[in-house]
Amino acid sequence: MYITWMKYKFIYFAISAVFLSAGIFGLFKWGLNLGIDFTGGVIAGYQLPNGEIKQEKYGAKSDEEIANIRDDIKKQNAKELRFETVGPSIGSELIKKTFYALAMSAMLILFWIAIQFKSVKFGVSAILAMIHDSLILLGSFSLLGHFANVEIDFLFVTAVLTILSFSVHDTIVVYDRIREKQRKYDPELGSDITKIANSALTETMVRSINNSFTIIFMLLALVLLGGDTIRWFAVALLIGTVSGTYSSPFVAVPILVTWEELQKKYVSLRTK
Amino acid sequence: MKKNLLIKIILILLLTIACGIISYGYPVYGKKWDLSLGLDLSGGSHLVFEADVGGFHGDNDKKEKAIQSLRNVIEKRVNLFGISESNVQTSKFEDKNRIIVELPGINNPKEATALIGQTAQLVFSELVDKQVPNSATPSSELKETDLTGADLKSASTVFDQNTGKPSVSIEFTEEGSKKFEEITARNIGKPVAIILDSDIISAPNVNEKIVGGKAQISGSFTIDEANKLEIQLNAGALPVPVKLVEEKTVGATLGVDSVNKSVKAGIVGLIMVMLFMILIYGKYGIVADVALIIFGVITFAFYKLIPVTLTLPGIAGFLLSVGMAVDSNILIFERLKEEVKTKPFSQALEISFGRAWDSIRDANVATLVTAFILANPLDWSFLHVSGAVRGFALTLALGIGISLFTGIVVSRNLLRLFVKNN
Repeated sequence: MYITWMKYKFIYFAISAVFLSAGIFGLFKWGLNLGIDFTGGVIAGYQLPNGEIKQEKYGAKSDEEIANIRDDIKKQNAKELRFETVGPSIGSELIKKTFYALAMSAMLILFWIAIQFKSVKFGVSAILAMIHDSLILLGSFSLLGHFANVEIDFLFVTAVLTILSFSVHDTIVVYDRIREKQRKYDPELGSDITKIANSALTETMVRSINNSFTIIFMLLALVLLGGDTIRWFAVALLIGTVSGTYSSPFVAVPILVTWEELQKKYVSLRTK
Repeated sequence: MKKNLLIKIILILLLTIACGIISYGYPVYGKKWDLSLGLDLSGGSHLVFEADVGGFHGDNDKKEKAIQSLRNVIEKRVNLFGISESNVQTSKFEDKNRIIVELPGINNPKEATALIGQTAQLVFSELVDKQVPNSATPSSELKETDLTGADLKSASTVFDQNTGKPSVSIEFTEEGSKKFEEITARNIGKPVAIILDSDIISAPNVNEKIVGGKAQISGSFTIDEANKLEIQLNAGALPVPVKLVEEKTVGATLGVDSVNKSVKAGIVGLIMVMLFMILIYGKYGIVADVALIIFGVITFAFYKLIPVTLTLPGIAGFLLSVGMAVDSNILIFERLKEEVKTKPFSQALEISFGRAWDSIRDANVATLVTAFILANPLDWSFLHVSGAVRGFALTLALGIGISLFTGIVVSRNLLRLFVKNN
């Protein structure tokens, strides 16, 4: 079996472009709906004596005001289920640390791929697919934040970092097949990167889809049954998994192929 | 070859049984292994205090020492408060010094916060006569003097010139020296108590009036105790005010609820994955499912042995690693489907495992890199040190490590067995 996947590479770019622009539009227009982990503030969750569960959210408060909120809950004879206060300085620190973690992971992964595949092109296109996935994830949560009032919290940061590694994990499996086909000369494919990529994608497509299904099953169970605390964390991982699965054959590989083709054109132009 | 295989299968079986015993919770050598749950699951308070170190004007040695003693004082207070298995640690980011306090299972987080957040105070007290009406025996009580930690210049560990024992020498400021001179003058033959956080550290007898603003606290200290006292006195001398910047309190009921829901979600997800594998790969799917169960048993045993403090994100990390564990098998089975077209089964099997290994290795190293940065085992201050993120990274990394073993070693040998029997 041989499917000419790469013939339609501009369609894949177009699909990505549609989702990316929707997300980026959301990010610019509404930004992210940041929770108290970023903005600072108070969340109080409590259960009234009649069993009713209430959750209230406040902006940044002084110590005295926080104490008053607590006393009010006590006065209602309610049981405290959850109480969170976050100072305003914590948020910027969270963003900075996340940025460092992102930059460090990206550098190390780029380095690892460049060594393993003996090509910077492989590394850079994998990182571009990774950026694609994180933008999709951020964009989706910008839209979810605007339309469904979903907040970004500390767990979301963890989800973003996990999706980065999942994205690369998936891309490497496809790359590995390309590497194998480049090493082992096949007279049918020759050394044409487009043909090699088509063949590699054909062989890994079923695996990619099946693998994503298993992860999607686990995450879907978490979204539906895992409770409120981790619901949106699981949703973030779910969106990331779908995007990460899509981006390996339809973003990373097309970028790699386009790059190789452009380079070839440039070289042949110069030798003429 | 066949004998070799049998030995491997038996070893795998033994390992699974051993891990099963630990996972199930049977006592091993009298020790029962328990799963340690994080605050979000067991209930409790996570408090972050920020130290106001502006008064040090960049004197780093002093600052470090004071932060360390601040932590000690807080830990002492937490212990005095009667909370077991509490955890107090310091964290530094840019120029902010933080104290992270984790208090499991407390009922009154507000009181705990207030107690910990108070500034450490050193007080010198003297015995004064107490007038008790209708009582023949004279009694006395401790009365605070005006000499406090604010009058202390420094404290340091010294060795007593006469006995050679370690003791703590303290030095007062100019004003403090005058106060100390007056106090000692009116208390000759009586004890003066040195009190820190309502705790009498020492109550030496005054032999004569002391001038020059120097004193020595000679107790029966070990060097470590003297050092500890030195640090605590210095914290009194330079009280570092702290401010609560973050509090996350989870009630025990909410924690139990989260555990139950996650376990339910995990079981449902796992059953779906197992059915899916059988549906797609038939008898190989059963092998993958057996490997997956072994994966679960070993992972759970590791959580108890290390031990891993399980948090909600940690559970999510485990569920994600289940997906990745299955991936190794899918990679191999897909490869097997191709190879078996051109080669005899036993040969195709070995080739598939060999070929699939390259991609499994490269892909999992990339995930491990991210897990390493999230777990931040070297405590780099510019990265997250939060327990929740760490828990997630640790379970993810463990899951990857164990899945390599079950995906490659276990299912390979199980499949070999499968082939021989046919």
